Amino acid sequence: MTDATADLSHAPLTTADGRPLKAALAESLAVRRRRAFLLVAPLFLFILISFIVPIGQMLLKSVYNDGFSAHVPALSAWFDANPPGSAIDETAYAALHADLVEMKRNKTAGVAGTRVNYDVAGTRSLFTAAARGAEKMEPPYKEAFLKLDKKWGDPNVWRAMRSAASPFTMDFYLAANDLKRDAEGAIVPVPEGQAVYKKLMLRTLTLSLEITAICLLIGFPIAHLLATLPMRKAMLLMIFVLLPFWTSLLVRTTAWMVLLQQQGVLNDLLVWIGVIDDKGRIQMIYNQMGTIIAMTHILLPFTILPLYSVMKTIPPSYVRAARSLGATSWTAFRRVYLPQTLPGVGAGGLLVFILAMGYYITPALVGGADGQMISNLIAFHMQKSLNWSLAAALAAQLLIVVLIFFWIYDRIVGIDKMKLG
Amino acid sequence: MTATTTDEGFVVFDHVQKSYDGETLVVKDLNLSIAKGEFLTMLGPSGSGKTTCLMMLAGFETATNGRILLDGTNINELPPHKRGIGMVFQNYALFPHMTVAENLSFLLEVRGMGKAEREAKVMRALDMVQMGKFAHRRPAQMSGGQQQRVALARALVFDPALVLMDEPLGALDKQLREHMQFEIKHLHDSLGLTVVYVTHDQGEALTMSDRVAVFNDGRIQQLAPPDELYERPKNSFVAGFIGENNKLPGTVEELDGEKCLVRLATGEIIDATPVNIRHKGQQTLVSIRPERVEFKPEMMPPGAHMIGAEVLEVIYMGDIFRTRMKVAGSTDFVMKSRNTIGQTKLHPGQHVKIGWHPADARALEPM
Repeated sequence: MTDATADLSHAPLTTADGRPLKAALAESLAVRRRRAFLLVAPLFLFILISFIVPIGQMLLKSVYNDGFSAHVPALSAWFDANPPGSAIDETAYAALHADLVEMKRNKTAGVAGTRVNYDVAGTRSLFTAAARGAEKMEPPYKEAFLKLDKKWGDPNVWRAMRSAASPFTMDFYLAANDLKRDAEGAIVPVPEGQAVYKKLMLRTLTLSLEITAICLLIGFPIAHLLATLPMRKAMLLMIFVLLPFWTSLLVRTTAWMVLLQQQGVLNDLLVWIGVIDDKGRIQMIYNQMGTIIAMTHILLPFTILPLYSVMKTIPPSYVRAARSLGATSWTAFRRVYLPQTLPGVGAGGLLVFILAMGYYITPALVGGADGQMISNLIAFHMQKSLNWSLAAALAAQLLIVVLIFFWIYDRIVGIDKMKLG
Repeated sequence: MTATTTDEGFVVFDHVQKSYDGETLVVKDLNLSIAKGEFLTMLGPSGSGKTTCLMMLAGFETATNGRILLDGTNINELPPHKRGIGMVFQNYALFPHMTVAENLSFLLEVRGMGKAEREAKVMRALDMVQMGKFAHRRPAQMSGGQQQRVALARALVFDPALVLMDEPLGALDKQLREHMQFEIKHLHDSLGLTVVYVTHDQGEALTMSDRVAVFNDGRIQQLAPPDELYERPKNSFVAGFIGENNKLPGTVEELDGEKCLVRLATGEIIDATPVNIRHKGQQTLVSIRPERVEFKPEMMPPGAHMIGAEVLEVIYMGDIFRTRMKVAGSTDFVMKSRNTIGQTKLHPGQHVKIGWHPADARALEPM
C-alpha cells in the first residue's frame, strides 16, 4: 500500500460533495429500508397479535392468578403485617370475615375458593359456605369460624390462603411437576397416586422421540428414492407422499381407527390368514401403539420433504468417487453420503419432534388411556377443570423442553445448517 | 466370441457393446488395447459413447456384451472399489464435509492403512500437486484450480496403475486449463501412469495424448497419435471434428495409387490424395486444412493444379490472417496465412489463384 492510500484510510471518508460517506449511504438506503418495513408490517402485526401476545399472556397466566388476591383486601393487609409463622389470631379471622361479607355481596366467594382449592383440595365449599353465613356471624370470629367448619383452623388452609393472597406464584409450576407445599411451606412431592404430570411429560418425550426415530427410518429410504428416481417416477411417488398431506387430519386419523381396531380390517386380515385366532385379536389402537402408528403416518411427510430437498442437492458423483476410489458401497454410504444428508436429517427430525411434542388431536382420538400426551392434559385443564394457570404452566414447560432440544440441536448440528426445503 | 490378438494390452476392450434400453447400442463393438504407461484420450462429441466406455472401465456400468480386461484379468464382474483405479471427476467430486487431507486419507483408511503411513502418503500426494499447505482446508474454501489439483492428488494417493479422467479440466478457464494440461502430462510422464482421458476438447486431446481415439456414433472413428489424426484423418467425420477444415465435394476423375484428380461441381480439377476412395467416378469430399492453402504460385510444387478464388473477407487475428473466400461456388472456404513481414495483403473483392500440395488434400468418402 502506498503512503497516500494509507493516509486516506485514517481520515473519515466523504463523498465528492463533502458529506460523510456513512451518512450518505444511510440516506440512500433509507427509502429502501422504509419500503421493506412497510412490506413486512402486516405480517409483523399479525404475528404480534395472534402469536406473541397470546404466548406472553399464557406465560403470564402461569405465574399470575388474582382469583383470590383480588377479593381479599383485608386478609392481604393482615398477611402483609404478620410474617409467615405468626399465630393465626382473632384479627386474622376478623379480616377474613370482612372479606367474606364483601364476597357474599359481590358473589365472588366461588372464584376465590377455586383459587385456594387448586392448592388444597376440598376448600372451595369452605368459602362458599362461610360466605353464605358471614353476615350473621358474631365475634369472636375465630370460634365462630371453627364452629362452622373445623378446617378453618387447619394451618395448611391458612398457608394456602397466604400464598394465594399474592397474585404472583410459582405454585402452578410446582403442581405441573407433581410437587406441592406442605403446611410449613416446604416443597414436597404429591402422594404417589396423584402424581401424573411428570410421568406424562416423560411419556410425551419418549413417544415423540420414538415417532421421530421411526419417521426418519422410514422416511430416509423414501427420500433417497425420490431424489434418485427419474423425474416422472419421482413426481408420481411424490404425489403418494403428499396425498395424505392434503387429506384432513381427522379423516386420516379415523381411517386408522377403521384399520386398526379389534374388529378392524387389519385384525380381520390376520385372522383370515391364520396368523392369529379370533380370540387373539391384537389391540392396536386406543393405546400407545395406536398413537405411534397414526402420528408416524401423519408426520412422515415432514421428514421426507426436508430430507428430499437435501438429497436432491447431493450429486451422485460423490458416492461414485468414493466407490471408484476404493470404498465399498456401505462405506461410501456411511462416510460420504450420510454425513451430507445430516442437515436434512436434523431439520426433518427436529420438525417432527417439535410437532409430536405438542400433538393433540391424534392422541386424543386413538391414544386411549396410555397413549395420551401432555397436550391432552393441557386441553383438559383448559376445557374441563378450567384451571388455566396450571394449563399455562404445563404449556410453558412444554415450550421450555422444546427450546432445550432446539438448543441442543443448535450446539450439535448448527441451526444455520438446517434445511427445510 | 472370437479370439483376439489384443489380449496383451494393459487395458483391453474386447468386442464390447453397451445398450441402455435394449433397442439401441450406445457402444458398438469396441475393440481397444491400451499399453501400460500410455496416455490415451477418448475424444468425441457428447453422446458419442466415450463417457459410457469410461464408466464401464470404472465399473459403474456393465458391458452388455464383450469383455474388459485389466492387466490380463476380466473385470466385468468386479465391483468398482476392487478395481484399484484412480479416477478424476468432471466437477472434482471432492467430499465437501471433509478437509483436503481427510479426502485423501479416507481412501487409504478404507484400504486398511495405518495412521502414520496414511499421513505420509497424503502429504506426498499433496506435495506432488503443490497443495501441501492446503491440507486442512475444506473444498469450498478453494478455487476451481486448487480443487482440481486436490482431485488429482486424490486419484493418485493410493498409487493406482490406471487413472481415469472424465473431462477434468472442463470447468476451468482457458489459461488455467492449459497450465493444468501441462501438469497432468508431466505427472503422467514422471509417475509412469496409464491414463485414460475423456474430453470433447480436441485441443486438449492433441496436446496431451500419446494416442487419441475419436468416438462418434458408438464407434472409434480413428485411433492414432495426434499428428497423424490431424494430418491424415481417415474419414470426413474425423477431418471435420479435429481442427478447422475446408470441404470441397466432387467426383473422382482419375485415380492413380497415391494420387487422384477430383473434378469439382463447377468443373475445376484439383489434386488430392485418395484415402478411402476405391474407384473412378466415385463421389468424394476433399478436405484441406486452412493453413495448408497457398495463394502464391512460387510456393506450389511443379505441376500442381490451382483454382480461382474470390476474397470475401480478411480477418486480422494477430498471429495469422484468416481469409474467407469463394471457391467453386462455396463461400465458406477459409485460408490461414501467417502474419510475417512482407506478407502479401489481400483485400475483399480481389481474385487470386489458390492451390495446395497434393498430400495435404485428402479425398474422403462422404459420410
